[in-house]
Amino acid sequence: MTQHLDDLEARSIYIIREAYARINPMAMLWSIGKDSTAMLWLVRKAFFGRVPFPLVLLDTGMEMDEVYDFRDRLTKEWDLDVINHMCPPEEDMDQTLPPATRAAMRKTEGLKTLLEEHKFKGVVCGIRRDEQGLRAKERVFSPRSLDGSWDFKDQPPEFWDQYKTEFPEGCHVRIHPILHWTEVDIWKYTQAENIPLCDLYFARDGMRYRSLGEKNITKPVPSHASNIEEIIHELETTKTSERAGRAMDKETEDSFEKLRSQGYM
Amino acid sequence: MNKKISQKLGVVIVGHVDHGKSTLIGRLLNDTNSLEDGKIDEIKAVCERRNVPFEWSFVLDAFQAERDQAVTIDTTQIFFSSSARDYVIIDAPGHREFLKNMISGAAQADAAVLVVDAAEGVREQTRRHAYMLHLLGMKQIAVVINKMDKVDYNPESFEAVSRECEDYLSSIGLQATFIVPIAARGGDMLESRGENLDWYKGKTLLEALDSFDVSSPPIAKPLRFPIQDVYRFEEKRILVGRVETGILRKGDRLFFSPTNEKAIVTSIESWPEDEGLVEAQARQSVGITLNEPIFVERGHVASHEKNLPMLSNVFQANIFWLSEKALKVGNTYTVRYGTSEARVSVQSIDTLVDTQDLGKQDAASEVPKNAVAEVTLRARDTLPIDPHKDNDKLGRVVIYDGYDVVGGGLLNMDGYPDQRSASAPKSENIYKVSHAVTPEMRAEVFGHYGGVFWLTGLSGSGKSTLAVAVEKEIFARGKNIYVLDGDNVRHGLNADLGFSPEDRTENIRRIGEVAALQANAGIIVLSAFISPYQQDRDRARTAAPHHFHEIYVKADLATCEGRDPKGLYKKARSGEIKEFTGIDSPYEPPVNPDLVVDTEGNDIETCVKQIVDYIEANVQAGKVESKEEKIRVLK
Repeated sequence: MTQHLDDLEARSIYIIREAYARINPMAMLWSIGKDSTAMLWLVRKAFFGRVPFPLVLLDTGMEMDEVYDFRDRLTKEWDLDVINHMCPPEEDMDQTLPPATRAAMRKTEGLKTLLEEHKFKGVVCGIRRDEQGLRAKERVFSPRSLDGSWDFKDQPPEFWDQYKTEFPEGCHVRIHPILHWTEVDIWKYTQAENIPLCDLYFARDGMRYRSLGEKNITKPVPSHASNIEEIIHELETTKTSERAGRAMDKETEDSFEKLRSQGYM
Repeated sequence: MNKKISQKLGVVIVGHVDHGKSTLIGRLLNDTNSLEDGKIDEIKAVCERRNVPFEWSFVLDAFQAERDQAVTIDTTQIFFSSSARDYVIIDAPGHREFLKNMISGAAQADAAVLVVDAAEGVREQTRRHAYMLHLLGMKQIAVVINKMDKVDYNPESFEAVSRECEDYLSSIGLQATFIVPIAARGGDMLESRGENLDWYKGKTLLEALDSFDVSSPPIAKPLRFPIQDVYRFEEKRILVGRVETGILRKGDRLFFSPTNEKAIVTSIESWPEDEGLVEAQARQSVGITLNEPIFVERGHVASHEKNLPMLSNVFQANIFWLSEKALKVGNTYTVRYGTSEARVSVQSIDTLVDTQDLGKQDAASEVPKNAVAEVTLRARDTLPIDPHKDNDKLGRVVIYDGYDVVGGGLLNMDGYPDQRSASAPKSENIYKVSHAVTPEMRAEVFGHYGGVFWLTGLSGSGKSTLAVAVEKEIFARGKNIYVLDGDNVRHGLNADLGFSPEDRTENIRRIGEVAALQANAGIIVLSAFISPYQQDRDRARTAAPHHFHEIYVKADLATCEGRDPKGLYKKARSGEIKEFTGIDSPYEPPVNPDLVVDTEGNDIETCVKQIVDYIEANVQAGKVESKEEKIRVLK
């Protein structure tokens, strides 16, 4: 590995161990995509092959078949403790929201019911700053109020690798161990460490998924990259946004802001 | 493949509000071809909807509120590339109330760009931000004199503002590596030179940034490996952490602070397993195993015996304060550095610095929000400490008040002695050499440990009443407890002492020593003396360092005077008694008590129960901290 990947990895492992030392009980969201699977690899590195907290799939029933297959395969191969948490149905969502935003909202609501049921105080989440302007403003340890909302106007100071790890009763914290990675970093690391991946990322018939979401609101993008090497090359030259295939980001100017301030990942 | 430098350089952009930071970043991203497709169109559409001219800063201002108010609310990070390397741009908002976000951003950066408006020159936040860069130890700084278009690209205006900047920077010990005239809106002297600034022969901003270095791992410094956690699985006990400085090798003999324990590294652990791993360098997160099962826990610091951290319970820190609630002398906070955490109280505010005019005020009583000060902090325990000038990773603390991060600062140990030689080994050896009966053996026979429970408070606060009731209750539970109070001490042991400050000090010194001896003999000692001076109580703690508990019996003067059970206040007021505590002799409330019993707000039963519970919890025979307890068993 390069010094750059070594540094990224070491920092993530440090964050994961900090969370485990400070927050109890906690869980990790595993969406089965490339980011959270690379993050799961980092967790196994941090704990010498073990995963000392449960993994959670916020399941809308709308994930792609290949995603479910990949989940089942890794769960078995890596002997994982996975909570498959069903999200509330779309009819229960705010009907004034545009359709894709409404569909994405199910995950927010699913996370709320997960927290109520399991009383997790911390949730590890594989978002990255380069994905989207709002995520760029996130903290590594990001506190959430009882209803999950994100007070972006008053985020706590965070510096020198000392995090906010204590909260009043009822609050929880999102922990973002790979916030400082970029999309290309994830791919280079996946390649260097030979981390298994869902096939949907690789081009078939001139199309591939760059980001995996529910099948009703995620579209593949044109690409001929059929292996990691080619994907890395593609990313180093493209100017298309990673989330170009994700409908909910762009329905209105602030649709993603609304989602995030209400608790979306 | 490309010859690019793969590590990203973190660059923080700071400067006064409206001097053009966001525009500079937006333009830089655009000119280096780093914006994604459609971003410009998206911003055009947003601007049209709002009926404003095209605004580069919307690239960064992602929140609706930011676009509506045309200010950046929070620090943000944007990735971009020049032909030479990759960058992370950290935008730091200029609004004064957002200083915490500027700190959050700037603390992660390798280099800084200070943006100054060519027409306005150095302003309030220019000074404040530059001062924070100085406090954060920033060495690589490019100053850009922006909005040169507003001064007709005039070289004399540039010279004048440059000089103003240089003067301020040098007054706080900073130096600009480059000073570049730019017009961010038009893109002059950012990526390309443009046509308006031909008289300027220096580097463009991007060339200046390309010449900065990413900090390399501090491997040449003495080893510091703060323990983050201890894991156990199968037969292994693994100490994990990040090597902050230096290099740790298999076979090294490590010395742990503050415990003075020693052991040899038998393996450096990794997953997937790598038998060939023989060293770990600064910045790596690793796990190690040791040849001996010594007691180690989170917060202990491993180093080589040659180069140990200092041990001290007092230190000075150059701090910045972020909370609405001012820092005050006597207040207690939590500090964290590395993986250590300690309760500290503010002993003094030595100087308060005005970051505007650099005026210094000595011996202030509080540090308000956004201020900078030099303070002396005192911890209860001795801590392993590296001054910031020796170790910039561990020589800095983040300050917490309750749940919140309220400040941060750099440690300075000038003038403070290393307390290592004076502390641990001495008392340990005396135990081992002179006593065949250990405290554990006594505890097993008596059913509890000994301890000193030191009540302090004003006359009339309720110390004697509580002591008598607590003694009765604990004794009834079959435990050996004894109350030391004025009656059984003043008549014999201290019959030769009066009430002058010197005699009071000697009185307390003797009582402290007697209490310590009794506690060592396995007795629960409950002392009930006003003991008005912190220094005297601290000395009593030193006599029984492992089992001293300071209990503050709290009631204000008016309440105590109202109670006046022995009529002493009346006599003091009338002048019949001299040097009476609270009237004409001071009482120093404990700065860091182990327990506070509020007799003003609670009835006697509640207070008695509070003390009884506290004593029970601290003398339990089975209570010796199990070394296994703090180890995390991984399944």
